[in-house]
Amino acid sequence: MEIFKYKKPLNLMAQSKRFGLVSLTLLIISLGLIVTKGFNYGLDFAGGTLVQVHYKEKAPIQKVRDAITKVKAYEGASVTYFGNDNEIIIRTKKSSKSLGKDMGDEMRELLKGTGDFEVRRVDIVGAKVGSELREKGLMAMLISILGILIYVSFRFEWRFAIASVMALMHDVTIAMGAVVLFDVEVNLDTLAALLTILGYSLNDTIIVFDRIREGIHTVKNPDLAKIIDESVTQTLSRTTLTSLTTFFVVLTLFLFGGEIIKGFSFTLLVGVVVGTYSSIFVASPILMMLGFSVSDYRLKAAEKAKREKEKEKMRAMYENGTI
Amino acid sequence: MKLNYRVILFAFALIFGVVFSIPSLTQSEQGKKITLGLDLQGGLHMLLGIKSEVAIESRIKSIAASIKYLFDDEEIIFDDLRMVEGKKVMFELLDKDDVAKAKKLLKKEIEGTTLSENGLNFILSMTEAEVARTKSSAIKQAVDTIRNRLNEFGLAEPTVAKQGQDKILVEVPGIKTQADEQRIRELIARAAHLQLMAVDEDRIARVGSMSAQEAKHYGDVILPDVNTPNRKYLLRAIPVLDGSMLTDAKVGFDKNNQPVINFSLNGQGAKIFGDFTGKYVGKRMAVVLDNNVYSAPVIRERIGGGHVQISGRFKLSEAHDLAIALRSGALLAPVYVMEKRSVGPSLGADNIKASMEALILGFVLVVLFMVLYYGMAGVVADVALVGNLFLILAIMSLFGATLTLPGMAGIVLTVGMAVDANVIINERIRELLHEGKSTAKSIEEGYDKAFTAILDANVTTLIAAVALWAYGTGPLKGFAITMGIGILASMLTAIVGTHGIYQWLLPKIDKNRLGFWFGIKTEGNK
Repeated sequence: MEIFKYKKPLNLMAQSKRFGLVSLTLLIISLGLIVTKGFNYGLDFAGGTLVQVHYKEKAPIQKVRDAITKVKAYEGASVTYFGNDNEIIIRTKKSSKSLGKDMGDEMRELLKGTGDFEVRRVDIVGAKVGSELREKGLMAMLISILGILIYVSFRFEWRFAIASVMALMHDVTIAMGAVVLFDVEVNLDTLAALLTILGYSLNDTIIVFDRIREGIHTVKNPDLAKIIDESVTQTLSRTTLTSLTTFFVVLTLFLFGGEIIKGFSFTLLVGVVVGTYSSIFVASPILMMLGFSVSDYRLKAAEKAKREKEKEKMRAMYENGTI
Repeated sequence: MKLNYRVILFAFALIFGVVFSIPSLTQSEQGKKITLGLDLQGGLHMLLGIKSEVAIESRIKSIAASIKYLFDDEEIIFDDLRMVEGKKVMFELLDKDDVAKAKKLLKKEIEGTTLSENGLNFILSMTEAEVARTKSSAIKQAVDTIRNRLNEFGLAEPTVAKQGQDKILVEVPGIKTQADEQRIRELIARAAHLQLMAVDEDRIARVGSMSAQEAKHYGDVILPDVNTPNRKYLLRAIPVLDGSMLTDAKVGFDKNNQPVINFSLNGQGAKIFGDFTGKYVGKRMAVVLDNNVYSAPVIRERIGGGHVQISGRFKLSEAHDLAIALRSGALLAPVYVMEKRSVGPSLGADNIKASMEALILGFVLVVLFMVLYYGMAGVVADVALVGNLFLILAIMSLFGATLTLPGMAGIVLTVGMAVDANVIINERIRELLHEGKSTAKSIEEGYDKAFTAILDANVTTLIAAVALWAYGTGPLKGFAITMGIGILASMLTAIVGTHGIYQWLLPKIDKNRLGFWFGIKTEGNK
């Protein structure tokens, strides 16, 4: 089976302004959402208490609400179904420090008489731990971006590094925008998803850049736009195929992986789509914008090769004893 | 068909993978296995903080007590001995001639302090080093005590470890119900601070109207009865002896068949206890645990031998846990919950089921797609994918790594990413075949050209995984680990392995049937 067969390269670079506009719009909307509406920080980052209760029959959610909010400390607690009708989650912003009888134990007592239930999960995160986790998460993000910058500069050229990191930020920002838009709770696993998007989207971009790098060395015409068009077209089938397989895998995770993993797989789902789009339509135009010049690169490479050769020559002469 | 080193390497990797993942897959007793994370098998995870200032305070208290004892012993007259700011002791000497003697004595007997003077007023403060030492020993002691308690409780493989400077990580797998869990938490939290204290018989009649301040003035302390908190006792603040002199504690039964705790004192404790009971016959002595009075029996005669009983209308389980706490020693500083995650066993089982379903479904989808799209080349990629899965399991088993729910997600993702390498390679090979190159040449060149792309892509993903591993906690580390191992394993299976298989199969590949082998239509080889 073959889906992608192009005799001629697609004319992508000519359209780059249009894609740039689309990306810019998405970015502005995302940033606007993040700034105005803000993240819905979950337990991990905001601190608080979460109790998951499983009922043998349909959970009597109103009864549970009444029973819980009777106690003053739990005013403002939210009670929602979780995944199915038998499962509910109770959330409060408060956390208890007591080791012996904690909020989970108190809730268990409050719920007595609401039906046949089992407390299946109690998570308590103190405010201090929450802010610590947030700091660490941010660090993980920054460190990996820095590491990627260094590695790509080393393997390609600094403009490639900047372009790929800008494409990454584009992807992560839009994914975060979607997270805010759909009111997905931000927890540790959302962070893991964002980091995976970093790695994944970079994968795609690198594959395209690798082709461009190859093209720079082999294609005669030093027109970067042409080289990019050719490289993107040649890698298009791979990019789309891999994205499709990954998309399906993440989709199964989203649909069947259980409620607990929903936030993670949703973020990833958005990331896969945006990551694919950006590596085809965004990363390379940025490379153009940064003023990467094929002729200069070739000149430099030639000079470098020349220097190497001269060194080699000197060494040979030295070894032959002619100096 | 000639064997080559790549295919042999791959075969070895496959055998290695299968052999070492068997113990984990069959959950056999023997061999190294993957540990299931608490989110998959159920259990309790807690990060505890410690109130180390309490340990400092009690250190200062004991320094004050030593000063009193030393000065009384050497007949140095002093006044106004008190604690200030939680880490200093103040006192005043009344006789100028005692100054040199007192200084020498304090220097010799009390370590980790500095003395400053202003006339006859002295301040003895703990040095920073001593404060730090006390804090760190409080943590260490708490870790040891909690570990002892959990071990004595008979739980399977609890983890108790110091984390960072001042936190304690406690992980207890395999707890059945929330009530059990609460019992375990209470056992950990128990200060288990046992004191035997004399009742202030002269003033106890007035305890109902006495303020804490007034009691302090007399050198007394007011403590409640454990069963009826409204009932108060007035006790001498300095205890006769405390739990540090205890050697053993066991559950027993009294004559009414009620559970009690019998404990034994060491030699010194037995002597103090004997002397005290001999001296105060007819008076009451209170058994105080964690600032609650459990009983206050009248002393009928001198009690030698150092055996004491606590009765307090216990439930049997309560007496059992209390005895454990007493045996494993008191917590010098109280601990509190900074983070707690508790997953019931049934939820853990649900999590395994759901993530396994997603894993299998995702895997099947990818496998089918590859065969459909690439024909035999897809089958080769699928073989590598299976090898990759086994390798991940084997490596995790060998390291005894923990598989968490995010870790499962990591494996699912790896499945998607591992075939990526083969997609890149196959696309290259197809391109070269379209250009009309020979099959052998297309394969060799395809691998050659695809390699840099795959390497760079994998290294950058690895960078993200390492960052996540370094800064992530608990389950997130699990995700980073499976992803990292998966990427590394895929380099072996998806690149070296499939390359070897092609080289091995090369004589069989029919250049007129490239549709079957690589899923493309060409006019064949030129």
